[in-house]
Amino acid sequence: MTVMSYLGAIGAAQREAMDADERVIIIGEDVEANVYGTTGGGKSRSDKGDFLQRYGKNRIRNTPISEEGIVGAAAGAAMTGLRPIVDLSYSSFLYMAMDQFVNQVAKNRYMFGGQASMPVVFRSAMFYGLNTGAHHSDRPYPMFMNVPGLKIIAPATPADAKGLLRSAVDSDDPVLSFEACLLWSTKEDVDENEFWVPLGVARTAREGTDVTVVAISSSVPEAVAAAEELAKEGVSVEVIDPRTLVPLDRNAILRSVAKTGRLIVAEPAHRTCGAAAEISALVAEEIFDSLKAPIIRVTAPDMQIPFSPSLEKQMYPTRATIAAAIRRVVDLPALQPVATAV
Amino acid sequence: MAELARDTLREMQLRMLRIRAFDERASKMVKRGHIPGTVHTSIGQEAQVVGATMALGTGDYMSGNHRSHGHPIGKGSPLGPLMAELVGKATGVCKGKGGSLHLADFAVGSLGESGIVGSSIPIANGAALSSKVLNNGKVALAFFGDGAANQGVLYESMNMAGVWALPMIFLCENNQYALSTPAHTVTSGIISERAAGFGMPGIKVEEGQDVLAVYDAVSAAVARARAGDGPTLVEVMTYRYNEHSEGLRLGTDYRNADEREAWLRKDPIVLFRQYLASQGFSEEELDGLQATALAEVDAAVAFSDASPYPDLSVAFDDLYTDKESAA
Repeated sequence: MTVMSYLGAIGAAQREAMDADERVIIIGEDVEANVYGTTGGGKSRSDKGDFLQRYGKNRIRNTPISEEGIVGAAAGAAMTGLRPIVDLSYSSFLYMAMDQFVNQVAKNRYMFGGQASMPVVFRSAMFYGLNTGAHHSDRPYPMFMNVPGLKIIAPATPADAKGLLRSAVDSDDPVLSFEACLLWSTKEDVDENEFWVPLGVARTAREGTDVTVVAISSSVPEAVAAAEELAKEGVSVEVIDPRTLVPLDRNAILRSVAKTGRLIVAEPAHRTCGAAAEISALVAEEIFDSLKAPIIRVTAPDMQIPFSPSLEKQMYPTRATIAAAIRRVVDLPALQPVATAV
Repeated sequence: MAELARDTLREMQLRMLRIRAFDERASKMVKRGHIPGTVHTSIGQEAQVVGATMALGTGDYMSGNHRSHGHPIGKGSPLGPLMAELVGKATGVCKGKGGSLHLADFAVGSLGESGIVGSSIPIANGAALSSKVLNNGKVALAFFGDGAANQGVLYESMNMAGVWALPMIFLCENNQYALSTPAHTVTSGIISERAAGFGMPGIKVEEGQDVLAVYDAVSAAVARARAGDGPTLVEVMTYRYNEHSEGLRLGTDYRNADEREAWLRKDPIVLFRQYLASQGFSEEELDGLQATALAEVDAAVAFSDASPYPDLSVAFDDLYTDKESAA
């Protein structure tokens, strides 16, 4: 074990993947200079970049600022023998390549009757919570959950960032990785040897018996903090981190809610048609009779992200808003209307 | 012009005849309801398709567009699974999941057609990137029309191909109309001249109904790509005889009769037949090619007719590589 940051763990996974398979290449804007800290030495962002020296310009390629062309070329390369990792830096930039994601990356395997494999990973960071304004703060993973054919990961810890990325690179299906800038500097002990976290398997971040909080991305540490706070008041909260949003570990979520009878879903994305909405619908459809209280979503509201720090910091789930939601579901009897929380 | 073997010349005519016969049959099948939806035929554009596809090697890659039955046929794909795909049969080249707009035959390097104009251009560019990284000597070619020539992704792709010296050919099939819109009314300047802005050769083939003219131009681009000298833009002037799609009745005369007559007089199959006759091919042999193509299309339709439709149980197959991920 060694202490790694979330960002350093991504770099370590990329290095392992590059070492393991010569078909793996990294393309993206500014990858040669290790601007975003994942094409360097590993462990932490401050480590000097050496991917370029180690793997050469043939496998580490700076691209022009041409997201549609980059994503399409990565798809074509994946269909013909390479296993590209594409660094798209900011998640908001994915919109520039929407046609390629939806019409080529997601559909080609199916509509060509299985002739195409699409072993490609698209990494991007969600820069929300950092006062970067409306064009850089998006958390767009729910809209890609609506596109069959893509797999989607959203790691919340350094270990998961490393292990999930290895599985993503090894997958013969296209994987979009949504990484949270707010978590970049998070540190924990991570196995410095190779390991793989399987896609589609949730992690129980904290065990509990009274309430289930399903939390996504940077909402995971907030949910754990809320759970610890509520433990002092005698409420036992279970925190489930799906880690992979497609395919979603439905059974882990249903098992937990069947046990606790109460569900809070916390995520930094917009409210309408978010992952929280999907998970809420899943539980309502499958185990409605197990519920002792209405489901509550704690999400960002359906609005643009304002620039001013005094406004932005209130937009995403916090330990306080998650704790408030937990208090509601344990204090109120079931079937009584509950105002939705933001 | 390169001296071509008689077998190659014969094969060129046969492939053009296959495309003509295949698309004429497909057109009838759409009108009779035997093919669901619609198709976009390459009738009139056979020289441009075959000249380009036969300039590629067997292992080379290509991506197509919505008017793309001819591309896999030109690259040597068997007709039966293509026809079965148009009908939606389980034996289709894409197992009935793709249809006319999404034919793909990876066995001949056909990486698929796209119903979104311009969308498949970067796919071929990525195949060229693979060839470059893996150093396997393959080249890639993207077919696109005059309509797609005004899509931004073309220029993103040309820039990347240029700066990375990818073994890539951008092949613009200029049939002069984007559905009903004359290309010159929405296109500033000359498409082939845009290559200069990306530091690559731009070749315009005015005689795009001459299969040998197209073959020579694309062969030069392929040789350049394979030598490591980077991409080329080739614009081929051609004409589609039929409507944008079969069954479409626009009720407006956006193409005048004189223009159409002039292009019909330059029919690529008739022109090449005359050339072959001048090269000593007998009338009997040339008639035989025509009969062969028609018989192959008959056999393809018979193959499709005898094939089952896909069972509902396979609807989710190939959504992901593992069945568990499909909801």
